[in-house]
Amino acid sequence: MATTTAPAKPAETPRAKRRRGADAGPKTPWWLWFVVTAIVLFCLFPFYWMVSISLKTGGDLTSGTPYPPSPTLKNYQSIFRNGDFTRALLNSAVVSIVTTVLALTVGSFCAYALARLRFRGKFAILALVLSITTFPAIAIAAPLFRLWSDIGIYNTWIGLIIPYLTFALPLSIYILVSFFREIPKDLEEAALVDGATYFQAFRKVVVPLAAPGLATAGILTFIGAWNEFLFAITLTSSSSARTVPAAIAFFSGSTQFEQPLGTISAASVVISVPLILLVLFFQKRIVAGLTAGAVKG
Amino acid sequence: MADATAVQKTGTPATRRSKGLSERRLAFLMVSPSMLLIALVAAYPIGYGLWLSLHEYSVRVAGLSRWAGLRNYRTALSDSEWWAAFFHTMIFTVCSVSLEFAIGLGMALVMHAAFRGQGIIRTTVLVPWAMLTVVTAVMWRTMFESPLGFVNSLLGTNTVWLGDQPYALIVVILADVWKTAPFMALLILAGLQVIPTEIYEAAEVDGATAWQRFARITMPLLMPAILVALIFRTLDALRVFDLPFVLTNGKSGTSTLSTIAQETFASNRIYGLGSAMAVLTFLIVMIVSFTYIRTVGGNIRGLAEE
Repeated sequence: MATTTAPAKPAETPRAKRRRGADAGPKTPWWLWFVVTAIVLFCLFPFYWMVSISLKTGGDLTSGTPYPPSPTLKNYQSIFRNGDFTRALLNSAVVSIVTTVLALTVGSFCAYALARLRFRGKFAILALVLSITTFPAIAIAAPLFRLWSDIGIYNTWIGLIIPYLTFALPLSIYILVSFFREIPKDLEEAALVDGATYFQAFRKVVVPLAAPGLATAGILTFIGAWNEFLFAITLTSSSSARTVPAAIAFFSGSTQFEQPLGTISAASVVISVPLILLVLFFQKRIVAGLTAGAVKG
Repeated sequence: MADATAVQKTGTPATRRSKGLSERRLAFLMVSPSMLLIALVAAYPIGYGLWLSLHEYSVRVAGLSRWAGLRNYRTALSDSEWWAAFFHTMIFTVCSVSLEFAIGLGMALVMHAAFRGQGIIRTTVLVPWAMLTVVTAVMWRTMFESPLGFVNSLLGTNTVWLGDQPYALIVVILADVWKTAPFMALLILAGLQVIPTEIYEAAEVDGATAWQRFARITMPLLMPAILVALIFRTLDALRVFDLPFVLTNGKSGTSTLSTIAQETFASNRIYGLGSAMAVLTFLIVMIVSFTYIRTVGGNIRGLAEE
């Protein structure tokens, strides 16, 4: 982890200095370094500890040392031999990707209309979309638990994708509306004057320009779906549809003599590392998406 | 937008035909798939949940049910376990949101201060945010559960952190604070970045101390961003499920509105009562959410108009 986070981005500092140059001078006071160290430790130490547990087996697990005395990849080998875990990876990938693609496709139309076209009821639709993002999942999980059994999609991929859309769709609409609005109107208007239809203007001019916004909405939707737990645990009953978060909650050691937390930690590290890399790689986009609309009021 | 409509109106008949659909009709076509999906995946289940909560279901004979009116709600509201879950949720919400706010504000101020190596810290705070909630729970188990964890040996205590009344809830709160304080920090930082520097320069010229600048300029101008962040987090905290479920399975004084409802309908198969509990959670969250919509209402109106 340390190797991915350590390199400071040199471009960041001069820009920041220009911004607050007047009161923050080039010399950093010692206490600020102290605070910075505390924040970095606060954020990274719990993850470090889990990594260290994942590299311990047998007696080392209970040794309580801050580092693994004899690091071993045995826990990692055991989770990849575990069919339930590899199946859960597949389930999670399919469910999250399908949810993201559907939410972006359907959501981008709605967001464009909300951002650009003039029609009645816009405020009501935005308020509805926003209020759905605040719904407690439990209010939907309870009826779906019965409904899915009745119509036979309990414990299936589609049975998870549908409720995931409940939250993915409003989220992507909300993020996309604020991105679409930032695209200059002139280009679209030029296209309209040249005889393009509104739909052509949307498809050929707006969508390519909104690619960064689509990427942001896509990443946040994907993370949301990958992270989802309540539906995953309530609407599945076996490894055939169980996603990674639910599988981890059900995990036990491959033999009953094994301390399961070692293997659970290994599984947790395996699914966290790609996500951390994704987030670090797209950090500017993600921060822009998270704060979309939050500070404009 | 007005311009585009004007263009359309003044166009020759030929271009008008090539426009295909009128603006309003296109808007309808573009919005309706999303609205249909939302009706299907959100409105219908919630309506069905309400229906379930007004019925009683036979435990022995599958599919047998009878009208119960508000009896399930009365049962839930007179159930001491539900009230316990209610209070745990409230304690969790108040403690985690206020701690997250304090730590998030501190982090945001540090991230906003210009110094060398600022990039490290901005990157670091995203790590807890990127962590899956379930993984966060596993992580805090590895730290607190003896003999694997270090907390007992560090504090010289012998506490069963995840098995005893006040402690388990404390661990749940700490885990949530760790995971979401950075999110709070990012929202507050975004608010800090839109405050123009000139205001600070003017205040400095006028001889304002650092504290005065913070209390009189930063805080008031930051209020809208803080409010949005607080309400976002409060809504999230009220529906907390993952952390108590994985850390303690909702036991040892960590049951919440969501865990007790889920346990009632999914594990115990008492559909009517479980649905009533879910509806109650929904109502509690919606009351807070309504406040939220009113607070950022101007913002949505801004997005809708122009």
